[in-house]
Amino acid sequence: MDLTKTAGMNKANESGAKLGGDTVSSAYSRYIGRKFTFIFLSILLLILLFLHSIAVGAANVSITDVARVLLGEDLGNSNTIIWQIRLPRALTAIVAGVGLSVAGVSLQSILRNPLGSPYTLGISHAAAFGAAFSVIVLGSGTMRSTGADAIMLNNPYLTTAVAFLFSMLTTFILLAIAKYKGASPEVMILTGVALSSLFTAGTMFLQYFADDVQLAAVVFWTFGDVGRADWGDLAIISAVVIPSLLYFYLNCWNYNAIDAGDETAKGLGVDVEKIRLWGMLAASLVTAFIVAFLGVIGFVGLVCPHISRRFVGDDQRFLLPASCLVGGILLLASDTAARMMMAPHVLPVAILTAFMGAPLFLYLLVRGYRH
Amino acid sequence: MLEVQNLGFDYGTREILRGIDFGVLPGEVMVVLGPNGVGKSTLLRCINSILKPKRGLVMVQGENLHTLARDEVAKRLGYVAQRSETGRLTAFDAILLGRKPRIGWSVKARDREIVEETVNALGLEDLALRYIDQLSGGELQKVAIARALVQEPELILLDEPTSNLDLKNQVDILDTIRGIAKAQGISVVLTMHDINMALRYADSFLIIRNGGIYARGGPEIITPEVIETVYGLPVMVESFNGFRLVIPIS
Repeated sequence: MDLTKTAGMNKANESGAKLGGDTVSSAYSRYIGRKFTFIFLSILLLILLFLHSIAVGAANVSITDVARVLLGEDLGNSNTIIWQIRLPRALTAIVAGVGLSVAGVSLQSILRNPLGSPYTLGISHAAAFGAAFSVIVLGSGTMRSTGADAIMLNNPYLTTAVAFLFSMLTTFILLAIAKYKGASPEVMILTGVALSSLFTAGTMFLQYFADDVQLAAVVFWTFGDVGRADWGDLAIISAVVIPSLLYFYLNCWNYNAIDAGDETAKGLGVDVEKIRLWGMLAASLVTAFIVAFLGVIGFVGLVCPHISRRFVGDDQRFLLPASCLVGGILLLASDTAARMMMAPHVLPVAILTAFMGAPLFLYLLVRGYRH
Repeated sequence: MLEVQNLGFDYGTREILRGIDFGVLPGEVMVVLGPNGVGKSTLLRCINSILKPKRGLVMVQGENLHTLARDEVAKRLGYVAQRSETGRLTAFDAILLGRKPRIGWSVKARDREIVEETVNALGLEDLALRYIDQLSGGELQKVAIARALVQEPELILLDEPTSNLDLKNQVDILDTIRGIAKAQGISVVLTMHDINMALRYADSFLIIRNGGIYARGGPEIITPEVIETVYGLPVMVESFNGFRLVIPIS
């Protein structure tokens, strides 16, 4: 936006922000307006995509029927398909997309690192190892050999608790290394590489001692898939994602301050260490729950914040909600595509997000990352 | 106004600062001088509670700052760090961030008015809506100063605000700082290395050596003897066209 000084500028300034014309304030209002427009359009897109994803599938249901069923009409078969299968799946995709994306955007801010995300930092792998450990060693899940429900979590609390424990362990290692070596992108990502290798090795170790039914189940299960969540799982994931979202949004000014540098933030009254610790905890918690129920879904937490930054900039007041929306849209769109592209086979969505995310990750590296 | 009494700070067992006593009046510009690593930045950080001093008191308008919560300190003290991180944030938003200690849940019309007034006062209209990662060093420094100003502080601390700036920008920034101090009656404490620039813009000086105050007072304390003792370098202090100049003798 090019602001030109006008002759009337000084006069306008005397009466402050309320006057029209090309004052700084009115230009700023237009600039903010554009961000609201992006957020509004994203909401609209998400709603349309949501309806579309419920309508398409092995049995096509028309959009009008979808609307009628959602509004409470009984259309027999369509009811079962929509309420039992497609609705929980679509909502899980949205909630998981939102959760991973908000974890990514807050990690990027807290660690002041553009490559931060639950996946690149190894938090997802740690959670996956924890969940696998809980299922195989502690017996918190029952395994079947095939199908989307390869593992039934008969003790979701134990599974998520162990997943959370390991993701927290990773978080503390990351925080300690950030404190002693500085949170430069290189150091953090290399730490993430080391930690993900470690936990992947751990998961492989568990697999080695599993029998073939268990092995098949665990391998299948490590492909992140939103289709395995039922209403109960969705409720548990939402119970973590929604409060975390509120927590992150309430702290958006703190994150903006931290983005300006630790010293500046402290000078503005922000308790940087506390915000950083709580933010890491919340991001790990969200990741642990999503991974424990759905498996590892990579790159959503990295890609969505960066797409959002392109449109709304780095101001957390807008970046957080925009990332959430883009996260919901991206994972829902990916899952819908994963269901449709090889129908009647349903691909796990994580395969698709990895195909999309890896090139973007490389692009960010080549182009020179910038916070 | 600021009053510092018997301030001391240690890193572990190493004593960095001891027995620091001084006061700054409203509208006064004080420059803290001393060789590299003597604890000038540490002193600023102790004053605004980024670091917790081990000994002593920091009073602003008669209130002990170390008993106040962080955001209460931020309402009284603006701090301009040596380095600001950039990003895709407009200068306007970067300045608005200075309202953080006073913003409850949402930005109010008053917050935006103050930011706009400050933008106009510092002549930043043209870059208000540019992203700060596209600004030059001098422009970015002005944005950081504006951010401290919208905190509506009684005192502003600046850590080497002119390092990395060219001559024109140094003069610009120091003019701005002095102008603000005089116009709004804000006390200013800054650290810098350029003694000649300091002589030109400061009302008073605090010279630190070995963690303690070596000298404090007006421009008259800048003598060849003081400079030679503190920096270990023989100098002449001369007047030229009304400016006092410190010239190293090699």
